[in-house]
Amino acid sequence: MHLTQPSAPLLDIAAIRTEFPILQRMVHGNKPLVYLDNAATTQKPTVVIDSISEFYRQHNANAHRAGHVLGAEVTSMYERAREVVAESIGARADEVVFTRGTTESLNLLATSIGARLGPRLAEGNIVLTEMEHHANIVPWQMLRERSGVEIRVIPLTDDGALDMGRASQLIDASTLVVSCVQVSNTLGTENDVSTLCQWAHAVGAISIVDAAQSVSSMAIDVQQIGCDALVFSGHKVYGPMGIGCAFIRRELLSDLPPYQGGGSMITNVSFDKTTYADGPMRFEAGTPNIEGAVGLCTALQWRNALDLRDVQSYKKMLTDELVAGLRLRSGVHVHGAHHGHSGIVSFSIDGVHPQDVGIMLDTHGVAVRTGHHCTMPLMKRIAPQGTVRVSAAVYTSHDEIAQFFHALDRVMKVLL
Amino acid sequence: MSTTKTIAEATYEIASMLEALPDWEERFSAIMSMGKGLAPYPEEFRRDDFLIKGCQAQVWLFPRLVDGRIHFEADSDALIVKGLVAIVVQIMQDRTPQEILAAPKDIPEQLGLAQHLSQNRASGLSSMLKQIRLYAVALSMRTPS
Ligand SMILES: Cc1ncc(COP(=O)(O)O)c(C=O)c1O
Repeated sequence: MHLTQPSAPLLDIAAIRTEFPILQRMVHGNKPLVYLDNAATTQKPTVVIDSISEFYRQHNANAHRAGHVLGAEVTSMYERAREVVAESIGARADEVVFTRGTTESLNLLATSIGARLGPRLAEGNIVLTEMEHHANIVPWQMLRERSGVEIRVIPLTDDGALDMGRASQLIDASTLVVSCVQVSNTLGTENDVSTLCQWAHAVGAISIVDAAQSVSSMAIDVQQIGCDALVFSGHKVYGPMGIGCAFIRRELLSDLPPYQGGGSMITNVSFDKTTYADGPMRFEAGTPNIEGAVGLCTALQWRNALDLRDVQSYKKMLTDELVAGLRLRSGVHVHGAHHGHSGIVSFSIDGVHPQDVGIMLDTHGVAVRTGHHCTMPLMKRIAPQGTVRVSAAVYTSHDEIAQFFHALDRVMKVLL
Repeated sequence: MSTTKTIAEATYEIASMLEALPDWEERFSAIMSMGKGLAPYPEEFRRDDFLIKGCQAQVWLFPRLVDGRIHFEADSDALIVKGLVAIVVQIMQDRTPQEILAAPKDIPEQLGLAQHLSQNRASGLSSMLKQIRLYAVALSMRTPS
């Protein structure tokens, strides 16, 4: 194994760390927190925390309703957030729908696309991959229960990549939707989503990309990817929880029926007939999570101010360090071989239950995730007991990786 | 014999032993040793119907009524959880269903474990205790009160 030579630091990680107050925390009395569960949720920089508190201190009102000054301010903050999301992914603001997160975005898409496709579903198929998060499996299975649509699954190769040969066979003339994760939350594999989108388009299918894990460190351009929809959660990109979005290409968006009914998503309501609003508002029934949108806006601005190529090379270095260090230890198995710059590494230890590793690492202040990571079909194949997953973020330091390995060695001594 | 102590006494004894240890690494090591002290689990009962739901690891619990008292056998594929189920079994072993049903509901808190184990795993502990109560209810129908 060839170790990446630590090159001159392009990012000032120490300075970035001071922007995240929680990284100063001690846990279990006197142990510095080593937070390596970033794939579950990232921490928040002070600017994001402040933007939310500022919203409530200075602006709070409902958007798109009130005629008063606060209402006008809040409406423009909310719509500004939509623009910033759009700019961050190469979309237009009227193609961005705010949701609760990736999960709600995928439920929205499955429901509205399902309603739009109607009787065609019974004859068609939806193509997913073996490494999908439950959020990109269960909504489609619910649609299958309603419609009888076939679900096809692109398998993985043994080293944790998508079997693109099989993918090209599975996507065929009856394919209606192809929905695929860009970076696996369990294996860290980065998938060639633009090729899958091309294949989807060649057969007239709708293409969807789950960008939950990629948005924090990859430059994302929906035009370049060529997808019809792309979804992510704010809380995995340094933003607040309970907010996320769905980019839906304009032609598709204007063609889809609403998801939920209520206020804001209508132009006119009478008991005889209601007409729906155009654009993203049609999918935003009820009072939205405005503080969330404001926080997400700040988080994306914070992300956009970083050079994402630097973020990626730094995270690649951390990822290589994790993979190399784990492979050095006997009895430790790293799952997959395509971690790239994801920061995500899943592993198992011979004869040791992952839960024991997680609990014992926690006693040293090291936070990791254990279990199936909401990817049970994948786990069934690679590690039925689940895995231990470490996941680094841009603010993870080399020192923290060293602390992780120090704790891991102690834990293995106790458990083996 | 555990039956010479009350449930409250047995709980207090384990809680004090754990509390006396210097840190959580030591406590979990002690918990794991308790798991290693469990009698070998009878293979014929390593079946899904004796698995406890609500735990990340697999936990098997098999009750048997002996002279009006419930005797438990337990096992897990994870060491800490096996230790936790051993603690629960030690507290509840060879008691009448009535005694078990009268036991306090906050045993995880009394043991000092609820605060440290995340909800997920603490709820593993509560699932074990809940399953024991369910067995006690079921078996109480077969014992004179
Ligand atoms: C790849 C992927 N998809 C979907 C989700 C679901 O995201 P959320 O729980 O924020 O809706 C996650 C989060 O774990 C994820 O990693």
